[in-house]
Amino acid sequence: MSARSQRILAYTIRHLYLYKRSLPRLMEVFYWPVLDLLVWGFVTVYLSRQGGDLPQFVTFFIGALILWDMLFRSQQGISVSFLEDVWSRNLLNIFVSPLSATEYIFSLLLLSIIKLILTSTVMITLAWFLYQFNIFVMGFSLIPLVANLIVMGWAVGIVTTALILRFGQEAEVLAWGVALLFQPVSAVFYPVAVLPWFLRVIANYIPAAHVFEGMRVVFTTGAFPTKEIVWAAGLNVVYIALSVLFFYWNFKVVKEKGLLAKVGE
Amino acid sequence: MNVLVEVKGLTKAFNGFKLAVDDISFEMYEGEILGLIGPNGAGKTTTLQMLLGLTTPTAGEIRIFGLDIGSAREEILRQVNFSSSYISLPFSLTVEENLTVFSRLYNVKEHKKRIRELLSIFEILDIKDTPTRRLSSGQITRVCLCKALLNNPRILFLDEPTASLDPDIADKTRTLLRAIKKERGLSILYTSHNMKEMEEMCDRLIFMDKGRIIAAGDPESIMKKFGGRSLEEVFIKIARPGQ
Repeated sequence: MSARSQRILAYTIRHLYLYKRSLPRLMEVFYWPVLDLLVWGFVTVYLSRQGGDLPQFVTFFIGALILWDMLFRSQQGISVSFLEDVWSRNLLNIFVSPLSATEYIFSLLLLSIIKLILTSTVMITLAWFLYQFNIFVMGFSLIPLVANLIVMGWAVGIVTTALILRFGQEAEVLAWGVALLFQPVSAVFYPVAVLPWFLRVIANYIPAAHVFEGMRVVFTTGAFPTKEIVWAAGLNVVYIALSVLFFYWNFKVVKEKGLLAKVGE
Repeated sequence: MNVLVEVKGLTKAFNGFKLAVDDISFEMYEGEILGLIGPNGAGKTTTLQMLLGLTTPTAGEIRIFGLDIGSAREEILRQVNFSSSYISLPFSLTVEENLTVFSRLYNVKEHKKRIRELLSIFEILDIKDTPTRRLSSGQITRVCLCKALLNNPRILFLDEPTASLDPDIADKTRTLLRAIKKERGLSILYTSHNMKEMEEMCDRLIFMDKGRIIAAGDPESIMKKFGGRSLEEVFIKIARPGQ
């Protein structure tokens, strides 16, 4: 294993150790997603029993809930992992080690995938047992749709991390709030068409909005949502590149301003 | 003696005008303990941060092992380490887990053996399975020092390493650092506000005030230069120029 891979793995392991004995960290991965699925899942079942005339009401809602959580977790996998080191005053130890900024980002991406797999496995299994909802009926379409949500989550997570690095713990709230800012225009639980015109314009530039439109195409027609996936992927390529550039630029500014040692104070 | 650190015309201005470090130059030699002292705001921490690549200098040059810190960051950081009483380690991880993570970050061979060896040296082998959050501040400081020695560094940067230790452990730590220095030719850049400690530990001192070096040399020559019987007296003279 190269020294570079060894360092990336080391930083990933540092975070995985946390889950061995930290109840709050386990709650972050399992408790909130499960609670979301229980509450909103049963609300959906209730509404569908009240005679809603929307076909596949439960499917739309539970599917959207699970997919949205994937975006949210992939973003949190990055920003909250970064915050862990701010909280434990360990950030300087990391940045005076040979781990580079690029390796650091790769470790965070790897971590977010691991957390996502854990959370999604629990949610998908629970959705099957409680609501007989099988997300895999989406077939092959599921892979590009999920991949696009993960990449958008990464872009948001990297930008959030860069902002916390720049503005310190005052910006910590962004780690929890930023992804939710995109939810209304991501048309998670309703089609883009119901949005007022100005929000529809914004939604066109949100990868998640195309993913959720794609999800509805799959559920209603079973067809592969090529147009939606191409749009989401195109936007994601631009956003992930911009987010990485933004991180490097911020990292440079933080070093120029001597703020790296002050993050977490 | 080999020059390990070479600093030339190092300057740091924040927000374009506030000079935290003002055109300083010095060298650090292999096997020496070099102390950075000065009142708060003298520029010690900024200098240390620039040496570690955490802060970008406005002007000047830093060469460590003959390499430029800006372009050879990874190669330099593999061979140095840092500890400060103001930083900590992840609280939920045990002592051994924390040291394992850093062993891997520094690519330490036979890391389990190395961790046990260091924990024994610092007399904290019994807490290896204890989560860091349950340790006293003195124990955390010693674990941080173990972390700082994991990679057998050629240069150790220590920022007030004994600030949270009781006099007994602080004395043991100083004795240990001197022994490691003697045994392995380790070079240490040391900062502390404890002037007695600096007098005892350092081969050479750099006295900074308002971003500039106002004196450099062995502790005795600095005391002589400022007419003080102890470093503390010299420090107070400089900090209160009107009295």
